[in-house]
Amino acid sequence: MASLLQMTDITLTLNSSTVLHDLNFDVAEGEIHALLGTNGSGKSSLALMVMGCQNHTPETGHVYFENQDIKDWPIHRRARAGITLAWQEPTRFEGLSVQDFLHLDPGWRAPEACLAAVGMDPALYLQRMVDKSLSGGERKRIELASMLAMQPRLAMLDEPSAGVDVLSLAEVTEAIRALRQGGSSVLLITHQEDLAACADRASQLCGGRIVFSGSPADVAQHYRGRSCIRCNGDCADAA
Amino acid sequence: MLRDLQPMMTAMRVAGVDPKPLLANDTAHLVAYGQDVVSLHEIPGINLTAARVDGEIRVNLIVRKWVNVEQPVHLCLGLFEPTGEQKIRLAVWLEPNSRASFIAHCLFTRPRSASHQMQADFTIGTGAELRYTESHFHGDSGGMDVRPTATIHLGRDARMFSDFSLISGRVGVLDIDYDVDVGENAVAEFTSKVYGRGTDQIRIRERLVLSGTNARGLIKSRIAATDDAVAEIIGMTEGNAAGARGHVDCMEIVRDRARVSANPMVKVSHPQAKVTHEAAIGSVDHQQLETLMARGLSPDAAVDLIVSGILRNA
Repeated sequence: MASLLQMTDITLTLNSSTVLHDLNFDVAEGEIHALLGTNGSGKSSLALMVMGCQNHTPETGHVYFENQDIKDWPIHRRARAGITLAWQEPTRFEGLSVQDFLHLDPGWRAPEACLAAVGMDPALYLQRMVDKSLSGGERKRIELASMLAMQPRLAMLDEPSAGVDVLSLAEVTEAIRALRQGGSSVLLITHQEDLAACADRASQLCGGRIVFSGSPADVAQHYRGRSCIRCNGDCADAA
Repeated sequence: MLRDLQPMMTAMRVAGVDPKPLLANDTAHLVAYGQDVVSLHEIPGINLTAARVDGEIRVNLIVRKWVNVEQPVHLCLGLFEPTGEQKIRLAVWLEPNSRASFIAHCLFTRPRSASHQMQADFTIGTGAELRYTESHFHGDSGGMDVRPTATIHLGRDARMFSDFSLISGRVGVLDIDYDVDVGENAVAEFTSKVYGRGTDQIRIRERLVLSGTNARGLIKSRIAATDDAVAEIIGMTEGNAAGARGHVDCMEIVRDRARVSANPMVKVSHPQAKVTHEAAIGSVDHQQLETLMARGLSPDAAVDLIVSGILRNA
């Protein structure tokens, strides 16, 4: 499959600490690609860098999306090209209803169907505010619903199951599959092997480097079998 | 009469307000253009008089005791010429155990150099409840000078909820000055939402005195200022009786060269009273901004959505 997103030789430094080292990574057209790694391994930073967020401009390397170098593009230009991100800790908005949040563009899918796809009753949630009145799990599922509404070319999901109750995990998995069926490629950042199992391909990030790529099962086995915590990517040599 | 109402009804439509209540028999209203009373409609249970005296319009509005006014009373005050002034002296009395809501539409559509002054006295009797909404629309010229002052007294078990908004178009000069005395078991909540642009100047001073046992009070402000606008927000609450509870909540968003100060002031003179405050001034939250931009909104559209949400939600 052709690469939809490709990163070459990326180095990213945050607060004087290098969090991504000469990173090379790609997400293919139409695939669900799981990215596993311990806390602090650089997964969220990678997603924020691809999105073009504040303070996440790489010092070296290039980010290509559909073969265009997007490194200097602002966030909204990347979004209009088809990239979006569901944040690990989604922000809250005073005075913005769930209905409005899920319909920021008239071309998006109907909010009702997107809420239902993540196991939320539209009758109960559409008029709620995307504010502190929502639980963490509810807010996460609404973030996922907004991915379904937007139908991006590339959806980056940062820990989409964090804070979601066990009973709803199957719905999260189904929503990820639905994204792909709708034409999106998915970069799935997760700690959960069960969730990563829905991916076509997986990679392990360790100390800011991709240390292993393969099937989700193989990567999960590598992830469990190596002492990767703060090894700064040395396990790449051991693999 | 319908012809006289036409300019106000047109202005209401421009401001996004449904003018049909002005034609309803079951709805009390007052309509004034500049210093002229154009229309006045009473309904049973409400006494409403208005007359021009000594260069101002004097309005008396009484809601009789135990009356529950079902439809909001509409107070429509407008200036539709580029220059002029409007002075209103308003006396409102809700007799004991009455209940009403008032909607004040203050519409000044194309002021180049115009002023509106309101001096109001509200007496909310024992057990009575007033919901007061005041919405302003000043057009886009910035030529309006608005100075509302009010003295408000809430009797025992009375409740008053006030919501002031000026969020579309320019402000010009706005200087609000309210003093509120809150009696035993009474509740007073005052919310103001203002969006300053250009060279707008905004000053809001609200003082709640919780003088009765178990009195409750809230001052809430949501102010956005952009361009060269200046805003000064002073929210004062005094807890002077046992069980009195008050809170001052200021959130202001600043952009460009605008300057905003928020001064929540609290004072307690009884050991069993408690008054708290919070104030936040800053630019738009960057994760909110990035989240909306990651959905394809331009930076300006994202900021507008965030600010309008904050102002709408207050």
